[in-house]
Amino acid sequence: MSKKHGALRGSLLGLTAIAGMVAFTSAAQSEELRLLTWGGYAPDEVVELFEKETGIDVEVTLSNNEDMISKLRATGGGGFDLAQPSQDRIAGAQLEYGIYKPIDLSKVDAAKFIPSMLDATKTNTTVEGDVYGVPHVWGTSGLIVDKSKAANVADYTDLCAPEVAGKVSYRLKRPTLIGFAYAMGLDPFAAYGDEAKYQEILDAVEAKLIDCKSNVKTYWEGGDALLNLVRSGEVVAAMAWDTGGWKLNNDNADITFVAPKSGALGWIDTFALPRKTKNEDAAYKWINFVMQPEIAAKITASAGNFTASKGADEFADAKLKAQFQGSFPPADLDNIKWYPTVPAGLEVLEGKTLDRVKAAQSN
Amino acid sequence: MSKTASITGGSAFRFGLLLLAMPLLLWLFLLVILPHMDLFLVSMRERISYGKYEFSLINYIEFFAEPLYWNTYVRTAVMSIFATILTLVIGFPVSYYIAKVMRGKGKNALFLMCLIPFWVSELVRTFGWMILLRESGVISNFLQWAGIADGPVEMLYNDAAIMVGLVYTSMLFMVVPLVSVLDSLDDSLIEAGYDLGGNAFTVTRDIVIPHAMPGIASGCIVVFMLTLGNYLTPNLLGGKDSLWFTEQIYTQFITRFNWESGSAFGFLLLILSSAIVWIGLKLSKQTLSETVG
Amino acid sequence: MADQFDLECRNVVKTFDDFTAVNDISLAIPKGSFFSILGPSGCGKTTLLRMLAGFQAPTSGDILIKGASVLGVPPNRRPVNMVFQHLALFPMMNVAENVAYGLKRRGVDKATITQKVNETLARVGLPDAGPKQISQLSGGQKQRIAIARCLVLDPAVLLLDEPLGALDLKLREHMKVELKQLQHEIGTTFVYITHDQSEALVMSDQVAVMNAGRFEQVGAPQDLYYNPKTAFVAGFVGESNRWHGTVEGGDDHKIEINLASGGKVIAKRDGQTNLVTGQGVDVFVRPEAIAIDGTEGADNSLSAKVDNVLFNGAASSLQVRELVTGHEMTVALPQTGAFASVKAGDEIRLSWSVEQTRCFASTEGGAGA
Repeated sequence: MSKKHGALRGSLLGLTAIAGMVAFTSAAQSEELRLLTWGGYAPDEVVELFEKETGIDVEVTLSNNEDMISKLRATGGGGFDLAQPSQDRIAGAQLEYGIYKPIDLSKVDAAKFIPSMLDATKTNTTVEGDVYGVPHVWGTSGLIVDKSKAANVADYTDLCAPEVAGKVSYRLKRPTLIGFAYAMGLDPFAAYGDEAKYQEILDAVEAKLIDCKSNVKTYWEGGDALLNLVRSGEVVAAMAWDTGGWKLNNDNADITFVAPKSGALGWIDTFALPRKTKNEDAAYKWINFVMQPEIAAKITASAGNFTASKGADEFADAKLKAQFQGSFPPADLDNIKWYPTVPAGLEVLEGKTLDRVKAAQSN
Repeated sequence: MSKTASITGGSAFRFGLLLLAMPLLLWLFLLVILPHMDLFLVSMRERISYGKYEFSLINYIEFFAEPLYWNTYVRTAVMSIFATILTLVIGFPVSYYIAKVMRGKGKNALFLMCLIPFWVSELVRTFGWMILLRESGVISNFLQWAGIADGPVEMLYNDAAIMVGLVYTSMLFMVVPLVSVLDSLDDSLIEAGYDLGGNAFTVTRDIVIPHAMPGIASGCIVVFMLTLGNYLTPNLLGGKDSLWFTEQIYTQFITRFNWESGSAFGFLLLILSSAIVWIGLKLSKQTLSETVG
Repeated sequence: MADQFDLECRNVVKTFDDFTAVNDISLAIPKGSFFSILGPSGCGKTTLLRMLAGFQAPTSGDILIKGASVLGVPPNRRPVNMVFQHLALFPMMNVAENVAYGLKRRGVDKATITQKVNETLARVGLPDAGPKQISQLSGGQKQRIAIARCLVLDPAVLLLDEPLGALDLKLREHMKVELKQLQHEIGTTFVYITHDQSEALVMSDQVAVMNAGRFEQVGAPQDLYYNPKTAFVAGFVGESNRWHGTVEGGDDHKIEINLASGGKVIAKRDGQTNLVTGQGVDVFVRPEAIAIDGTEGADNSLSAKVDNVLFNGAASSLQVRELVTGHEMTVALPQTGAFASVKAGDEIRLSWSVEQTRCFASTEGGAGA
């Protein structure tokens, strides 16, 4: 059995070697940075400026949190030189699969970061004394509401109100569980360390979501599909990211992003080095390059979200700033719930809860 | 002397044959056998803690213990079979019309029209259906305009929409084998059927369908496999209660990082499709070689 | 009166767009006869047969079977059955099932079906073929099963669409005789279409020669052979030597003709009063009507040189060339021993009588021989 397995591994290694040779020949021609990131985080304009300044080609691969982890897991942390997972998803993945490499903080220009955000990210991404992530882009998820049709939707649980029956949508993903828990007066982040207590919270949320199921038009999957639903008026209130709400606000003044009463959920996307990165220097160069205020503002314009770059606000688009202030009065800004690192095992519990919600009959 | 020569000649011949078969063997081994073996091995282990795994059947036990997985599994199978039958029922008259009624240019044009939707990707086709079926979509607006409906009609996000999407996506794979098998049916056999006293129903039942059986079987196999393994269409057109087994596999692999149970589900799906195809072939008294060849 | 005929056509016309496939055909086939329709491909005979079977509807005219019009009656309700050109046996059924098919459609009970199938198989000489698959049969056996499949239904008329075409020569010769015999035994009316004149002549009681959608002549085989009424029939039925010429004179019985290739022949008038001096005519003489080294004072005679001796047993012939004009002819070579010494290069004297010489007003283009 083990011998067979060995032969199998051997042939796999041989294949990898061939693939590696092919990769090597292409890499030898010019220096390259293979970036695994989100849509909008590496706009063409910024890529061109970087290539002009450093002579390094940037190859961008678009992805999301789950996909990033899956890709890096499949290759054992290879295939990319720099990745951008959310800060709460680094520590668990590192412990489980060992796909990242510690960040050498001396090579990162700390002065370019908003200090509070840098510190928070460092704390959350520390595994066995090493720091694995520095912050880049941040944003929130909350509610997108059409004020003319669903004015009284102010919190996640309001999506279950009879006035908006059949005209709401949310994802069947973990942010929904967390959001509903807070709206129901529970504190899931505080229960992260206590599996039994967390399960209690999940059970309460599960009951609520099953009860609410008949109100839901559909569980959305892709962000664009949701924006279409809201734009066409088929959905008047939904759980979604802030940028989506602001994008819709550009076309229809009635629709905008609303920070829920119980607090928006804050996320930070980071820079993390895959364990088998081939061009670490280029990765640090990119980090320091995009954290310059002018460049960061360009990324904000393209992604719709603000960055952790200190002083980039000055260069940001005035309209976006106004939209941001409209959605986040100072009190709401303080009320943002930042995702702490997800402990192992919780995702399994959440998964089962989501499965049961999906399987429940809505009427 | 001559014996040695013949031996070396033989081995050279055998080596040449091996070389010739190499691409096939490599393809089979690297792309079919190896991934499945790996999938199987992954499915037979249990995660103990960070990076620690042990041999276990827990993933399979969990599948049988959790009614959700079971329900999804059976539901997917039943809906796939239904979609296959529906595709056959719609595809057969279409194919018969193309193969036996149309002549010359019209025939080619009609066949081409069946092909055209497949020049765009499945995603685009599915979005096309979403535009038609959604509450603010074309059909809903037409019904309101015609006075048949009072308000917007939602036709998306339910099992019927999935069925429409699946049948549409699969139609070509049913029509192509059916047209070719019906083309090969001599017109005079049909005429002889009528001449000897048959009517449209009995001629179809006794002559056309028995002749078309290999085409029907191969069309059904392909459509069933495609439907069972389809991810996009049930996902986009389906509603909040629409469970599909491939979605479950995707969730296990991608969002739950649970490769172990994802692999087990993948294997169970493989067993399911093989079993249903086998039963289908037995029931229709076809053999796989006849159908594929 | 009408019910003496199993099948009757009255002024049947079939047009496709601006093409007329069948042009004003009338026929009446007496009960129990073997009737052939003979014509070159494209003459409309298949269209006519398909109208009789009910697969096509005539544009105008009427078709009667056993005295009743069958216009508008679909093929599965007509008391006629058809043996298709490629037989169209059902490969998905065995022999017995093929033969039983029509009975099943009629709702006959199982015991009767089994009995009738066995009877019919015995009648076509294949009593044990029932459980065989179609692919296990030889060409001649398939033929017989195709006929049995129709006969088991006791049709008023059996239509046969060149069913011998796919067989090899020897089998075809054999099947001709067998078919004729079978028809004679069972007494069902056969309508047989073919482009092979030998098939038509050997088997039929009556033959209709069809050309360009019309019947040129209907009659017994001997009639057609010895008394063709048109140039097409004379040329199409049997072998003929053919000349082109113009009428020079003659009386009530004979016509003198100047041949275009030179020389002169005398032909039988045969009641053709329309042929007047100066008119273009085609002249036909059968190879076997020409005597080699014939007696002096024959009506027509000429000298020729032998090009080739085509030995074929009883059907041997000579290819000769007329000395004066170089016109090529074929002459039958009787195998009586009298002409065993004739060889290529010999000069011979040929002669034939007026009675054996036929002429018809020239048709443009002429029919192929």
